[in-house]
Amino acid sequence: MSRPAQLRNYQLELAGFRQRVVIAAGFVVVLFLLLLARFFYVQVLEYQRYHTLAENNRITVVPTPPNRGLILDRHGVVMAHNYSAYTLEITPSKTGDLDATINGLAQLVEITPAQRKRFAKLMAESRNFEALPLRTRLTDEEVAKLAANRYRFPGVEVKARLFRQYPLGASASHLLGYIGRINDADLKRLDEEGVMANYRGSDHIGKVGIEQSYETELHGITGAEQVETDAGGHAVRTLSRINPVSGNSLVLYLDSKLQAVAEKAFGSYRGALVAIDPKTGGVLAFVSTPGFDPNLFVDGIDTASWNALNDSPDKPLLNRALRSAYPEGSTIKPFMALAGLSYGVRKPSDTIFDPGYFSLPNSSHRYRDWKAGGHGMVDMHKSIVQSCDTYYYRLANDLGIDRMHAFLSQFGFGRKTGIDMEGEVAGVLPSREWKAKRSRQPWYPGETVIAGIGQGYNLVTPLQLAVATAALANGGIAFRPQLVQAIIDSRTGQRRAVLPQVLNRIKLNPADLQVVVAAMEDVTRPGGTAAAANAGAPYLIAAKTGTAQVVGIKQGEKYDARRVLARHRDHAVYIAFAPADAPRIALAVLVENGMHGGTTAAPIARAVMDYYLLGKLPKSEVLKAPAGATGEVHAD
Amino acid sequence: MRIRRWLLKVLSHIDAPLLLLLLTLMLMSLFVQYSAASQSDARLLSHGLNMLVALGVMVLVANIPPQYLLSLALPLYVVGVLLLLGVATAGEVVNGSRRWLDLGVTRIQPSEIMKIAMPLMLAWYFHHHEATLRLKDYGIAALLLAIPVALVAKQPDLGTALLISASGFYVLFFAGLPWRIMLGMLAALAASLPVAWHFLHDYQQKRVLTLIDPTQDPLGAGYHIIQSTIAMGSGGSFGKGWLQGTQTHLDFLPERTTDFVFAVFSEEFGLLGNVLLLTLFLAIIVRGLMIAASAPTLFARLMAGSLTLAFFTYAFVNMGMVSGILPVVGVPLPLVSYGGTAMVTVMLGFGILMSVKTHRKLLKS
Repeated sequence: MSRPAQLRNYQLELAGFRQRVVIAAGFVVVLFLLLLARFFYVQVLEYQRYHTLAENNRITVVPTPPNRGLILDRHGVVMAHNYSAYTLEITPSKTGDLDATINGLAQLVEITPAQRKRFAKLMAESRNFEALPLRTRLTDEEVAKLAANRYRFPGVEVKARLFRQYPLGASASHLLGYIGRINDADLKRLDEEGVMANYRGSDHIGKVGIEQSYETELHGITGAEQVETDAGGHAVRTLSRINPVSGNSLVLYLDSKLQAVAEKAFGSYRGALVAIDPKTGGVLAFVSTPGFDPNLFVDGIDTASWNALNDSPDKPLLNRALRSAYPEGSTIKPFMALAGLSYGVRKPSDTIFDPGYFSLPNSSHRYRDWKAGGHGMVDMHKSIVQSCDTYYYRLANDLGIDRMHAFLSQFGFGRKTGIDMEGEVAGVLPSREWKAKRSRQPWYPGETVIAGIGQGYNLVTPLQLAVATAALANGGIAFRPQLVQAIIDSRTGQRRAVLPQVLNRIKLNPADLQVVVAAMEDVTRPGGTAAAANAGAPYLIAAKTGTAQVVGIKQGEKYDARRVLARHRDHAVYIAFAPADAPRIALAVLVENGMHGGTTAAPIARAVMDYYLLGKLPKSEVLKAPAGATGEVHAD
Repeated sequence: MRIRRWLLKVLSHIDAPLLLLLLTLMLMSLFVQYSAASQSDARLLSHGLNMLVALGVMVLVANIPPQYLLSLALPLYVVGVLLLLGVATAGEVVNGSRRWLDLGVTRIQPSEIMKIAMPLMLAWYFHHHEATLRLKDYGIAALLLAIPVALVAKQPDLGTALLISASGFYVLFFAGLPWRIMLGMLAALAASLPVAWHFLHDYQQKRVLTLIDPTQDPLGAGYHIIQSTIAMGSGGSFGKGWLQGTQTHLDFLPERTTDFVFAVFSEEFGLLGNVLLLTLFLAIIVRGLMIAASAPTLFARLMAGSLTLAFFTYAFVNMGMVSGILPVVGVPLPLVSYGGTAMVTVMLGFGILMSVKTHRKLLKS
């Protein structure tokens, strides 16, 4: 189809079109120049800023937690150490459907309902964005299975970690304590102490016992790695690193075998025992029984185990040596006798007649002796050997509460001992001030009388009693009880001794002391209240028995009907030191519902002293060292 | 002998300068993809295969005379609109948008077809009314344009709708749409913007707001822009070097082989690389406009001009988006981003350009 008439038109059109092409080209150039200007702005003018942003993007400082220090007994037996194992960890915030994920994982490795429950509990307590363990101690086979299926589970990781382990299990559990996952309260405290930075990357912290009180030494210094990461936070390579410094190791005064002997000696009794080296205050054995397995707590205890421990009427979580205060009963008598001698209220030869009771002047109320009919003529020696109550009712009345308080407080009664463990209670050493503060009531003379035999308001922890006994054994020099004797520096391997600290130098007349100690020695001889348990000992033992009345059932306790009566029985109390002429060990034993100190508590003390002084194991059974308790020890 | 002659005939329809420029861009693209895909040989191979297929399509289309294309225009447009209607009624919903149509054998995205069918249709229309062109023809053309654009916008796929309307508008522009009308349209557009804002979906509004201040939502909608700008900015004048981009290789850049591949390029080759890339794009566009300017028929001119400007638009929108001056819309960088469909579509366009360029003598005779 040719249209010559439109040829001119065609030329015109073409010219118009070409004009528009030129305009289009101009449009393209202008917009490209706009892009170029933007590139110039971003890549040249703002280069420094984006360069910095890119560097920040890719470099992350990842904290590397240090290895926790070890806890060793006096002979180097490991009581707390670390081992490496694989754990299966889930970061809930990175996981879509948590239940589906756990179910999926359960098809690959075994996950028990208890572990699920524990995980749920951890989740409720955890910090945000935290990886939480679902399974620990994976086998190599399980690790391989999980690694092959990892892509299916976002937010799930298998990590090699160091775990805390307490090889002796429940032995010395109250002394060692345990570590547990850091919770909000811990975080707050760390923040207040200004050590938060050192805990970046740490999941665990000491919760009770030595693990808690020596947290600073044991934790170590967190290192840091500068790593290149991708947007998902995965490390690609390490740029630089500051190595963490492992925590320092602790050497205890404790003898783990002695501890085992003591624990075993309690049998099924509940109670506490604290044995102290009187020359240093070092704690040789520290029993609160029943105990618990601290290993349960390390990665969060499951609900069932927790309830079992927490609801048990035996209160295995209660540190009886440190936190339970009992009336000291007759074990107060040697101290009372010393008070009488020191103030010149009694001479050793002063004799009273005991009709079986004591009455205050102008009062018909009779304070009864434990022995109906009385002990007859009683001097100081006999008052201790036979534990005559009437003698001490009268002595207390003659001394008065003020002097009693002044004298006895020198031994540490009514005051925290300052042991290197937290949670100690002070007990009660009654005084007028104490009572006024407590009840706004005056002090009655009758209260002094019963305080003279360690009843009434008097409350003492087994630890306090042991410290006081050690002071008696050491001629009046009281040492602060100390669990740790040395700290091994993880960097240098050097051993730094923790020096014994004198609490108090009590001014005692050696002759007075000799009277009391001689009487205490006779306590363990025929005719004394602890004669049977100490028969045939090839070393001299000074001791005193006691009985602490159980007032009643505390609120909230549910007793098995069969046990109600048993739980009403008196507690047996006992203090001893040996060899009496050159004391190397002083101890206090409390046996709950053990009735008489001489029958239940004294044999326990004998077993401990026999082992400590003679290396002799109890005859009935040869104690085996718990598994893992031996072997070479390294400071790291 | 015969094969050789046939081959020579086939190759005679290839525009050597344009091919050379395209191959240069493709070669560059292979380097960038290798880096962006974490040095994956498989990805490189797949990208290369896409290129070969696209080149094959280009050669094929280049050998089709423009008259045939002319006769294809109307059917292609009608099929395209029908498919879009199909999508609107029976399409598959992916990510909240109804864009795909399942034909049983394969899933197709009819809006992609419209990127070629639209300018083809309008060029066909103007070609047929060349002699009697009146103002109302622009109106009819605008209507032809509005139907598929509205359907695509409704999916909703605003980015593609804008690109399709741009390619249609370029035809109107080259067909001589009077300036006063264009100015009037511009004014109307500006006036309707506040109203249009309310018709945008929440996520679309968010994208625009994110452009203004990406830091508002650094881990959500703003993340792409922030990370790509950091990649580009930290590249500096000369770049961090090939395979050295930290943003890229440390997984900070999202969509780094597809829509955000330009950020990879920018980070590793810097401003210098960007200037070279812009120059290369400009050269391809200039060559395309030259072909348009010397095309023998109105249809050929309109097709060539419109396709060239469409190519420019994709490149500009993508680079503008990556560098943070345009909102994030899903537009790949032509011939550089990974993706077979887009590559074939673009090369099909260049095939048409080459056909226009090399069939002129045939037409004149």
